[in-house]
Amino acid sequence: MNGAHDMGGVDGFGPVMPELNEPVFHAEWERRVLALTLAMARPGGWNIDMSRFAREDRSPADYLGKSYYQIWLAGLERLMQERGLVLPDEIEAGHVLHPPKAGVPVLAPGDVEGMLRRGAPTEREATSKPLFAVGDRVRAKNIHPQGHVRLPRYVRGHVGVVELLHGAHVFADSNARGEGENPQQLYTVRFTGRELWGDRADPASSVSVDAWESYLERAE
Amino acid sequence: MSGPDHDDHHHGHGDHHHGHHHHHDHDHSELSETELRVRALETVLTEKGYVDPAALDLLIETYETKVGPRNGARVIARAWSDPAYRARLLKDATSAIAELGYAGRQGEHIVAVENTGQRHNMVVCTLCSCYPWSVLGLPPVWYKAAPYRSRAVIDPRGVLRDFGVELPPETEIRVWDSTAEIRYLVVPQRPAGTEGWSEEQLAELVTRDSMIGTGFPKSPEQAAS
Repeated sequence: MNGAHDMGGVDGFGPVMPELNEPVFHAEWERRVLALTLAMARPGGWNIDMSRFAREDRSPADYLGKSYYQIWLAGLERLMQERGLVLPDEIEAGHVLHPPKAGVPVLAPGDVEGMLRRGAPTEREATSKPLFAVGDRVRAKNIHPQGHVRLPRYVRGHVGVVELLHGAHVFADSNARGEGENPQQLYTVRFTGRELWGDRADPASSVSVDAWESYLERAE
Repeated sequence: MSGPDHDDHHHGHGDHHHGHHHHHDHDHSELSETELRVRALETVLTEKGYVDPAALDLLIETYETKVGPRNGARVIARAWSDPAYRARLLKDATSAIAELGYAGRQGEHIVAVENTGQRHNMVVCTLCSCYPWSVLGLPPVWYKAAPYRSRAVIDPRGVLRDFGVELPPETEIRVWDSTAEIRYLVVPQRPAGTEGWSEEQLAELVTRDSMIGTGFPKSPEQAAS
């Protein structure tokens, strides 16, 4: 979706303000939101692409008005609500009002290290040969899907050069919709700053993005 | 354990569009509301048996005390010390990093990009907050916030100036926007005057920002002061 999360090249947000000796968390509730989000993926059964879409699929005012972990909280609430795990009236009440779903797997303390250690690799056996090779000129398609998509708006329609091949990876767009992993060849494509931003770009700058094969077409 | 406090000013998307943050009373009530909601949610999830509080504490402890930029610093120090390791890191960073025992969540597929005298690399995630957790830990607030995510791709040199980093105009800047599940680790240049240093000493010079590309490693003089 063309949402507020897709902010590459947007003006007006002001300077970057690094914080000296920044703590990992700025409040106790941030710790809890991180942990609840990581832990609930097991009983919830959603994948990372579903999580991302639940965070980004909201009005620009809502997205931009929330802090980072407030967005995580809103995303988590939505994922749980969609699956009937927790309903909004329970969060308002602060206690259980509806019986829990039976038989959901729970993350035990003994599982934490293994879960983090395994992560969730996305590379899969390739079912087709890559269409493009390093050095090929490719155009990022001018696509505007309303669901989850990982091709940032600022590269759409622009021509770049294939820089790296990564093999076949889980396709985020369909994985977010629960329509399967549908692995596709994944590439890193480099665009010159001038191609993306015209005269405003530093002539010595370039931007590389990772793009699945269906985002790309051959360019002359 | 901090409760509702003034720190919340600093971790929005950026202070500029948060006009209401100038008003302290409102700030407090807003934060309290979030905190109460999180507490309520955790109570409900625990009562329903979906989460084990001990597992939550372990998750927090892991990212607050164990997984952080010290991991990445050891990788960089090894690359500076051992040419064969450096070659392996640049060829297949995921397995080279696993040699040092770092792997897993948000570090499943890593690419290392090396700075040279002619080229500077910088990493961003314009769409969300993708970051190599296994070697750098959780990302800082600025990395996840709108000013960095919006400007890193259109004005990387200006963003570097926000960090006090000035590169010669002829230095090429390559920005890596992490739009899939590949995570990028910048290999900064080894500081001058460190000949004969041990890996442990070198690791002390490697800053988090130097591995994102928004800073340089410390010089021996900076490390001593």
